[in-house]
Amino acid sequence: MDSITIIAVASIVIAGITTGFGTMGPALAEGRAVATALSSLAQQPDASSTITRTLFVGLAMIESTAIYCFVVSMILIFANPFWNHVIAQAVKK
Amino acid sequence: MHLSPDQIIYWQYGFFKLNATIVFTWALMLVLAGGSRLITRKLSVGLERSRSQNLLEIVVTGIAKQIEEAGLSQPQKYIGFLGTLFLFIATASLCNVFPVYQPPTASLSTTAALALCVFVAVPFFGIVDQGVGNYLKSYMQPTFFMLPFNIISELSRTLALAIRLFGNMMSGAMIVGILLTITPFIFPIVMTLLGQLTGMVQAYIFSILATVYIAAGTRVRKPKPEPVKD
Repeated sequence: MDSITIIAVASIVIAGITTGFGTMGPALAEGRAVATALSSLAQQPDASSTITRTLFVGLAMIESTAIYCFVVSMILIFANPFWNHVIAQAVKK
Repeated sequence: MHLSPDQIIYWQYGFFKLNATIVFTWALMLVLAGGSRLITRKLSVGLERSRSQNLLEIVVTGIAKQIEEAGLSQPQKYIGFLGTLFLFIATASLCNVFPVYQPPTASLSTTAALALCVFVAVPFFGIVDQGVGNYLKSYMQPTFFMLPFNIISELSRTLALAIRLFGNMMSGAMIVGILLTITPFIFPIVMTLLGQLTGMVQAYIFSILATVYIAAGTRVRKPKPEPVKD
């Protein structure tokens, strides 16, 4: 295998693994956060506005870790720096 | 496929490029500023008021209430900055229903600029509120050894603000683009609707996080009570 093939295979496989594993943790965490927020909403319906606001902010913080993984895999697929480097090397020759 | 609207270039002259991000940012700015100017041209203080004035009043008082609830007791001082952030990001994602439109917040340069504004605004409001010395001292709370960690957290949260908004907006456009090639009829519309919801939530989160950071920077720390000697 030449280096272009190795980089392509590694990038595609790692992009899939990154999004797959990277969304697992945030999904579990968001589930727990929503479940806790729902039970506290059932106990204290008066505090619903505060709970909802904090929940949304917290969900965004949790979700951003998944978004980081997504951005990394998008960079690997669409704007891969190593791939561009190898292409530039090949063009020079 | 475009990763960001930066790559769509309408006009180029040497070094200067006019890409979709710049064009739609300026269009949004024109719409927002011109619309507000048009509505606030003749305001009334009586009971008779126009519908558009009512709309703007609802928006402004709503934002002021949210800022106050998030911990800043004088929202009039901060609404110019925080309200602008919210309105710009919200309109940027709401205008997604128009064809040809590309949300400028799907470009990392826009979100990085917005996050840098927050990065500068936090020390600015902090210094205005409690003076240079007290503000710098707040970096050494609770002990001197926390200084590097406080600085790192300041930098990393700016990065997180930028990447979060960019990732959410870009993924919305990307998913619709991918779905258009697979199931071209119903599904992209549903995902666009979901994208509207995410856009509003992200606008809310961006501005509420900026509010929380500014509130943390301006909070006057009370001196510790002296231990009672017996």
